[in-house]
Amino acid sequence: MLEPLQDEFMRRAIAEMTLIGIAGGALGCWVVLYRLSYAAESLAHSIFPGLVLAAIAGAPLLLGGAPAIVVAALAIAIVARVPGLSREVAVGVVVTTMFGLGVLLALSPGSPPGVQELLFGDILGPSNGDIAAAAALALVVGLSLLLLHGRLLAGGFDRGAARSLGARPAGTEAALLVLLALAIVVAVQGLGNLLVVAVFVGPAATARQLSERIGPMIGIAIATAVLAGFAGLYLSYYAGTAGGASVALAIVALYLLSLPASRLPALLNDEEHLPAGTTIG
Amino acid sequence: MQAGTLIEARELAAGYDGRPAISGVSFALRRGETLALLGPNGGGKTTLLRALLGELAPLTGELEVRARCGIVPQTERSQLDYPVSALDVAAMGALSRLPWWRRPGRRERSDATEALERVGLRDLAGETFGKLSGGQRQRVLIARSLVQDAQILLLDEPFSGLDRPSSELLEALIGAMTDEGRAVVIATHDLEQARRSDQVLCLNRRQVAAGPPEQTLDVPVLEATYGGTIVELPGSGARAILPPHHHDH
Repeated sequence: MLEPLQDEFMRRAIAEMTLIGIAGGALGCWVVLYRLSYAAESLAHSIFPGLVLAAIAGAPLLLGGAPAIVVAALAIAIVARVPGLSREVAVGVVVTTMFGLGVLLALSPGSPPGVQELLFGDILGPSNGDIAAAAALALVVGLSLLLLHGRLLAGGFDRGAARSLGARPAGTEAALLVLLALAIVVAVQGLGNLLVVAVFVGPAATARQLSERIGPMIGIAIATAVLAGFAGLYLSYYAGTAGGASVALAIVALYLLSLPASRLPALLNDEEHLPAGTTIG
Repeated sequence: MQAGTLIEARELAAGYDGRPAISGVSFALRRGETLALLGPNGGGKTTLLRALLGELAPLTGELEVRARCGIVPQTERSQLDYPVSALDVAAMGALSRLPWWRRPGRRERSDATEALERVGLRDLAGETFGKLSGGQRQRVLIARSLVQDAQILLLDEPFSGLDRPSSELLEALIGAMTDEGRAVVIATHDLEQARRSDQVLCLNRRQVAAGPPEQTLDVPVLEATYGGTIVELPGSGARAILPPHHHDH
């Protein structure tokens, strides 16, 4: 059981994944409650050309991902102004264009070998810089969510009334999207462009099954993300599977396990056998 | 504006993207009064509530709101799945007086508990909001307005889907609120509810009539408001509205 921990690369991978799990689990709860899962996936895919350009230039991926996400956000805002196009269509058009551009660049003769790591990640080889970035991310996300908690809770519950309660839902949601973009740019290096969204949606969805309060939900989501990180990395170590994909599979497995577990209170308590939505009084 | 008047609208028009959804709205509401907003779906009741909340600026005319408004909206499906207790929801009313970085603390949660006590739900403070009945949810949202110290309560079809005991409890609570000097605006389809209000405002994208119920709730006004013909149902004495394009065959 402790054998994988003897290896330096596994210890570093576990440290990286734990820090990303803390940020992803906590932030993911708000992503799920604000129904931003599609936005999270879209943001992740839209940074692909930036990552490829950074890889071609030999620059840190962060330097390619950050401007790409800003370009994608601006493009979505512009396309959404076209009469007759909804925001959802605008996101679809921009993200497909950005991802297609990234694939073209990745398949060009000038692209370096191993560019597929951008799609599937390299969680087993984090640098000191990667771990420092993940630590900074966990700190910034944790602190920001702590400060914004009251406003986030009110805005997600009742967007219509939130302004009259002093919650400024548009500003709160914008702050949430900025945090999400930041987290994706940092986490994509380990988990890859195609799989990174798993850490922002899966653990929170699992926690939602198991908790009816936001505090415990955040705690369970963080624990789930960290546990899935351990499980995935151990699977990768012993089965020789890809690290990022193994972590994503572990996240999905924990979600599937949570489905019957969430029914346990109903099975143990006769009063809970009422169908969903039943009201009394 | 007269002393004691909390809301005054003069020829108000409000709407979206510069296009009016309501126009010609004029009324004044004083402390301790209730105003029933009558009108069909899409007639502009919610638009007027949003204008009173300050979410929509007047396109033309004037609107003065001299006290804090608390809204009791219709419950949305997403709110039933939201991981909050009745106490959490009531405590949200304290956010308007806290700096942006602070969440409701011990003092605000104590205020929220007190407000839940006032609406008769202290025992259910820890219950998940989505598991409460429709009437209980309305009372939790009124408790949120109490914590907010709202002197004007805006209720969007609060009696929809409620059984009779829940409606009576809610109506008694609204009565207690007006007795304390709060003004209450109720968007409703219920004519009897409107008759018990101090004032009625009939709205169908424009103001059809406004004033005391005995002066406004007559057949021509209701026909103009709902765009149909009022008929008496045989045997019961009750009235119903026939749609505008009804034809006998």
